[in-house]
Parts: sequence; C-alpha cells; structure tokens
Amino acid sequence: MIEVEQLRVRFGDNEVVKGVSLNVPAGGSFGIVGESGSGKSTVLRALSGLNGAWTGRIAIDGESVGPRRDKAFFRKVQMVFQDPYGSLHPRQTIDRILSEPLLVHGMDNIERRIETVLAEVALPNAVRFRYPHQLSGGQRQRVAIARALIAEPEVLLLDEPTSALDVSVQAEILNLLADLRERRNLTYILVSHNLAVVSHLCPTVGVMLGGQMVEVISAEDLRAGKTQHPHTSELRALSVDLEEPA
Amino acid sequence: MSASFSRAWLLDETPASRSQAAWGRRYRAWLDLRSNPLAMIGLVVVVAFVLLSLAAPLLATHDPGVQDLTNRLAKPSAAHWFGTDELGRDIYSRILYGGRVTLGMVIAVVVLVAPLGLAVGCVAGYAGGTVDRILMRVTDVFLAFPRLILALAFVAALKPGVESAVLAIALTAWPPYARLARAETMTVRNSDFVAACRLTGAPAGRIVLRHIAPLCVPSLIVRITLDMSSIIITAASLGFLGMGAQPPSPEWGAMIATAKRFIFEQWWVPTIPGLAIFMASLAFNFLGDGLRDVLDPKQR
Repeated sequence: MIEVEQLRVRFGDNEVVKGVSLNVPAGGSFGIVGESGSGKSTVLRALSGLNGAWTGRIAIDGESVGPRRDKAFFRKVQMVFQDPYGSLHPRQTIDRILSEPLLVHGMDNIERRIETVLAEVALPNAVRFRYPHQLSGGQRQRVAIARALIAEPEVLLLDEPTSALDVSVQAEILNLLADLRERRNLTYILVSHNLAVVSHLCPTVGVMLGGQMVEVISAEDLRAGKTQHPHTSELRALSVDLEEPA
Repeated sequence: MSASFSRAWLLDETPASRSQAAWGRRYRAWLDLRSNPLAMIGLVVVVAFVLLSLAAPLLATHDPGVQDLTNRLAKPSAAHWFGTDELGRDIYSRILYGGRVTLGMVIAVVVLVAPLGLAVGCVAGYAGGTVDRILMRVTDVFLAFPRLILALAFVAALKPGVESAVLAIALTAWPPYARLARAETMTVRNSDFVAACRLTGAPAGRIVLRHIAPLCVPSLIVRITLDMSSIIITAASLGFLGMGAQPPSPEWGAMIATAKRFIFEQWWVPTIPGLAIFMASLAFNFLGDGLRDVLDPKQR
C-alpha cells in the first residue's frame, strides 16, 4: 500500500532524513519511533504532501506520487496531528470542520455522514455545533480523527496522536484507533516517541536515529528485547524504566 | 420550524439542525452585545444617526441650502434649533442632510477599503515568496505617500466631488489594513489547522477565503472603527480644500472648516458639526470594540 524508497528531505543545508525506505502492506500498521529531531515527523509530512522538498520515491497503492498531490490522493491519505488544540480551526464549529472535506470532495449526504462519523469516534451528537475550545483534549482528538476519516481514506498518517493527551485518554484514543483500523481496514503509519504506544498499535516498528532508519523490528521481538541496534535497546530500556519506576 | 422561533429553541444546547445552531449562535452573539453597555450605546447612536440622515427630508425644519443673510450667525432658538451659519442657513437641517454626505462617504470608503486590504493582506501572507514581496512593495508605495497629498492629486486628476473624494480616500486608506491582515495571516498560515485544510485537498483560494480571512476580520473591524474618525477628518480636509463635497452640499467636516473663524464669538456654528463628528466617531469605536468581543468565540 505504501512504499517509500530512499526518501531524503533537506531543510536548507541540513539533511534531516537521509535515505529512509519502508514498505507497509494494505491493512498493515507501521510504527516509527525515535527521539525528537530524528526526522520521524518529517518522513510523515513528506508522505502526506505537506512538505514538497524531498527526493526519492513515494508510492501509494502502487502509484508513484510527486511533491504536489491531487485531490484523489487526499481522498486516499489523511493525517491526524499531534496537537488537538492546534489542529482544529478555532472559529469553526465541529459541524463546519467535518463538512469541509466533504464539500471539497463534492460528496453527498453531508448530514448523514457527519452523524455516522461522530458515532464512529464515540462523540455525542451534542458536540456537533460546539466550537473546539468548548471540548476536552480527548474529544478534540476524536474530532480530528473524525475529520481524517470522513472522506473515507485508506491510509491514516498519525503524527504522535496521543502525546498531547492525558494518560487515561491516551489509552481511549489508541483503542479507538485500533478499532477503526479493524473496522475500516485502514493502513496506518504511526509516529511516536513512546515505544509502548507504538508497539500497542503496530506489529512492525522502525527505529529512527539521526535521519536514518537504523532498525526495523517486530513488536514481539521488541517486547522480548531481541533488539539488534544499540539505539533500539537504549530506547527500550528507557521506556521500561519509565513504565516500572524502581 | 419558524413557528418555534422561541428563546428556548434559540438557546437549545443541542441544536437539531444546522439552521437552528446558526440562529442560536446569532442570538447568543446578540445577547453578548446587549450585555456590553458601551457597545449598545455605540449601536444606538450609530443607528440613530443613520436613521436621522435617512429621514432628513421629513425631519428638517428648513431647506439646507436656503440662505438668509439678514439672519446670519443666529443663536439657537425655537425657529433655528442649532442656530444659523455665516450665510443664515439652518444648522439643524444642514446637520441632518450633512449626515447623508458624511456617513455615506465613511461607509462607502469602508466598503471599498476593507475587502481590498483583507484580500491583499491574506493573499500576500498566505502565498509568501514573490507574490508577498510584490504585493507588499505596492502597499509600501501607497504608504509612502502622505495620505492627503495623494488624495489631493487623485481628486485633481478626476473631477472634484464626493465620489472622487471617496475613491481618493479609499486608495490611500487600504495599506494599513493589508499590513494588518498579512500579519494575522502569517501567524496562522503554518498552524496545524491550515495544514489540515491543505490535506483535505482544498485549493489555496478556498483556504484563504474560508479559513484564513475570517480570522483576520475581528482585528480589521476594530481597526476600521478606530479609523472612522480619521476618514471623516480626511473627507473634511478635502472638502476644506475644495476637493471634497462641493458647496452648498452640507458636509460635517466642511461645515467646521468654513465656520472655524467664528469659534470664539458664535461658538455653536463650528461646535455643532464637531459634536456630530465626535459622537459618530465615538459611537463607531464603542460598537467596533463590542463587535470584536462578540465576533471572537474564544473570548467568551
């Protein structure tokens, strides 16, 4: 479903992503972990079309895509951002936010689709005519997920979708994402710095360090500690320490 | 649905339809505005001035152009409520008719200037790069000219009159709004919600028009209402120089300009149009401040 070969992204003289390749089958789920500045979000932004200054090859559904994407691409690929406070227009109601993709793509049945998608992300109908600032963080992230889903994409790019949320809310959102993937047969790429989050949702995990993908490992091997690269072991040790404070 | 246009229907926390939500929002905005006394004073004064100007032929006691040189510079009296000017014309009637000219000019300028400044600023801010540089240099060129001089040159090139004055003021008044709109646009253009709009596949025009421009409107409204008084004064200056409203057409600024030499002996002659300008400007400011609060749902 998603093929990336030798993706390179530079900001000025600084090469941030140095030849990353990955392959996600349809219905699959791939996690990218790494420290801040390792280039993981940059990979995602290049994939989504937000950043056009990359070289290499990106193919979705067997079709190579260029730096500029057409509407059909955005029907297929959607993204959920890290910060639910910043990713929703502050002066638009939830109804307006959700109807926008439908209007852009000229889809019918706007009323029914909004009701369906709200139910799907377990939001009460009462939030429909509220503004984002009247909702909690978890509710906002549900709205952001609903917006990504409403045009019925096949691929969802998740940029740290839970890191701005409370721990208890994080679990809810992760379970929601897992459910949705099963129900809609979505393909995920999840970026996070939290190994627990990634391995919960993704059977395969890529570890990034300094713009390179240093290891691709299955979630089982990761949990069992069968790591190859020292950086993976480091990250793993760190997250185990954090989860079980001595 | 229209039958149930009640308070409860409007204030329903869980509106059932889009139109109910929209009407509810408008009603809440109205309640907000109503709870702000200064804004209400502004609204009442502005509406009163507009209504008085519109109804001038019904309310005026005299013809605003008729001169009576035997009764010039008369004190306010039962016959002439605000007295008469240096040519014996009834000031009360001239204030009423002058409202049409002055307020009409102000409103025409705002209607011309606000969309232009907003469009230039938003496009420049969102597009960035070469487009931004070209549009902003054009803006700088207009900013570099002294406002009145440019307006004067412009009116001189056209024929003197209210329409030319409006065009000239509009031409010199838009750059600050473009700057303001550009600054506002720059603060939001890299935000995640704009990125999310781009990811819906929306064309740039739609993003600017439907997502970015509405965010610039509140600060633009405040700025415009603060500028109303200076627009009135620029119009008056043009009138004073013979380039604005042509005599005998009554215009508040021109009325002050011609009567200012009587300020010590017959104070009411220049003071009354001055009061009219002062009250109109103040009312616009109050109203604009209140509108800003209402238009920004985050401030509630």
